[in-house]
Amino acid sequence: MPAKTYVQTTINGEHVDFLCEPRQSLLECLRDEIGLTGTKEGCNDGNCGACTVNIDGRIVTSCLVLGVEAEGADIETIEGVADGSNLHPLQLAFLENAALQCGICTPGFIISSKALLEQNPNPSEHEIRFWLANNLCRCTGYDKIVRAVQDAAKRLQEA
Amino acid sequence: MKWIDFEKPKTVEDAVKLLSDSGGNARPMAGGTDLIVQLRVGDPRVNADVVVDIKSIPELNELSYSSSKGLTIGAAVECYKIYGDANVNSHFSALNDSATLIGGTQIQGRASFGGNLCNAAPSGDSIPNMIAHGAVATIAGPSGTREVPVEDICTGPRQTLIGDDELLVSINFPSNGSGFGANYIRFIPRNEMDIAVAGVGASVTIEDGKFTSAKVSLASVAPTPLLVKEAGESLVGETVSEEAIQNAANLAKAAAKPISDMRGTADYRKHLCDVLTRRALNTAVERAQGAS
Ligand SMILES: Cc1cc2nc3c(=O)[nH]c(=O)nc-3n(C[C@H](O)[C@H](O)[C@H](O)COP(=O)(O)OP(=O)(O)OC[C@H]3O[C@@H](n4cnc5c(N)ncnc54)[C@H](O)[C@@H]3O)c2cc1C
Ligand code: FES
Ligand code: FES
Repeated sequence: MPAKTYVQTTINGEHVDFLCEPRQSLLECLRDEIGLTGTKEGCNDGNCGACTVNIDGRIVTSCLVLGVEAEGADIETIEGVADGSNLHPLQLAFLENAALQCGICTPGFIISSKALLEQNPNPSEHEIRFWLANNLCRCTGYDKIVRAVQDAAKRLQEA
Repeated sequence: MKWIDFEKPKTVEDAVKLLSDSGGNARPMAGGTDLIVQLRVGDPRVNADVVVDIKSIPELNELSYSSSKGLTIGAAVECYKIYGDANVNSHFSALNDSATLIGGTQIQGRASFGGNLCNAAPSGDSIPNMIAHGAVATIAGPSGTREVPVEDICTGPRQTLIGDDELLVSINFPSNGSGFGANYIRFIPRNEMDIAVAGVGASVTIEDGKFTSAKVSLASVAPTPLLVKEAGESLVGETVSEEAIQNAANLAKAAAKPISDMRGTADYRKHLCDVLTRRALNTAVERAQGAS
């Protein structure tokens, strides 16, 4: 059996190193090697966005990143969004606007929306829908998600 | 996914050596948005034992512009860097028609024009746009580098003239003078995240109300993206008019050799070539006139 590769990263502000096979996706590494199961697998081919994480300030689908590519990377996952037991305004807005039902898409939507609001604090509905086109939801019909992102934008601007 | 080895060379020479030493069993990887999916499903056309990550090679990350040399986009430069680049936005803004169209935000964080070209899908959304811009690819191999016009790269669905031991280094876009405008549009059943039923890239240069050059290129209506030389040439010397543009659209429609599949019938695709060529040329004209 060929050797595994040693990978060093920063995940949610903490140094994390792990061993992986080059064929493993970053999604598999997060879930199976590191135990961070908040990031979800939907399609495993880049379409659904459930596996979205933020790498060095860019959102990507972690099923289409190899774990070995994460060497030296700064990664944000859903586990890093809340501040201890204080939910992030986006998480509160998703809850209070009923922007989830089964919830499997939610970590991806939150990571994607957070990146949007960081670079565009007051996006139009059109901008929100285009930014989130790579995130699919089979339950909500999207409207409530868009409202939640608008609500979170307002909360963040007032804060 | 079957076992793969992973290499991350830092120079073009090292990458070419890895590719040629592997005897055809290594694949370059830029964003991996095609390659990783293909390896995972065991696509027989991508039977790689070694993945060569090319994102640490400086030449493949180049994104530079000068009026004499034009715009150079390294083969691994991601879409988001293209549409975030000041030079692209001021001199080659029509390239954003493709960069903002490939996948959604997450895919644009990884996908490159280089990967789009080397993957050689008939529907590759950057390819007709590059062809309409007269782009030229620089390819490195064991015996040096060569330059090939983008329209000659794709030889069949998912096939290119880039050898197993060669690497696409960058794509160069010659400077366009004043009076230049371009556009790429595609037709898909939704607003984002789908594969083109048909796509058209067009560019024009206009002086004193007349076309001095024009190019039309089609996606998804032939085994490869297609440069329709006669459509562009029909415009040269003509006064800008609806008739001249309709004539070019007719020629584009005639050149299309589409298949029927679940996305659309051959007839429907031919009809789209007419409509989309007209629209792309009209937008290119508007942009040319706005720019001059
Ligand atoms: C969800 C999703 C949506 C998508 N939407 C679109 C879309 O709307 N339009 C569209 O056109 N495409 C789309 N794609 C396909 C893909 O994202 C694009 O083709 C993208 O441009 C590929 O770039 P990449 O850098 O990821 O290529 P990679 O996957 O890294 O490489 C693609 C191929 O090119 C080869 N290659 C890469 N770089 C080089 C090089 N320098 N020299 C030689 N060979 C090389 C690889 O070996 C591989 O065979 C989508 C993909 C996904 C997963
Ligand atoms: S699991 Fe990665 S995009 Fe669906
Ligand atoms: S809440 Fe079920 S998929 Fe979105």
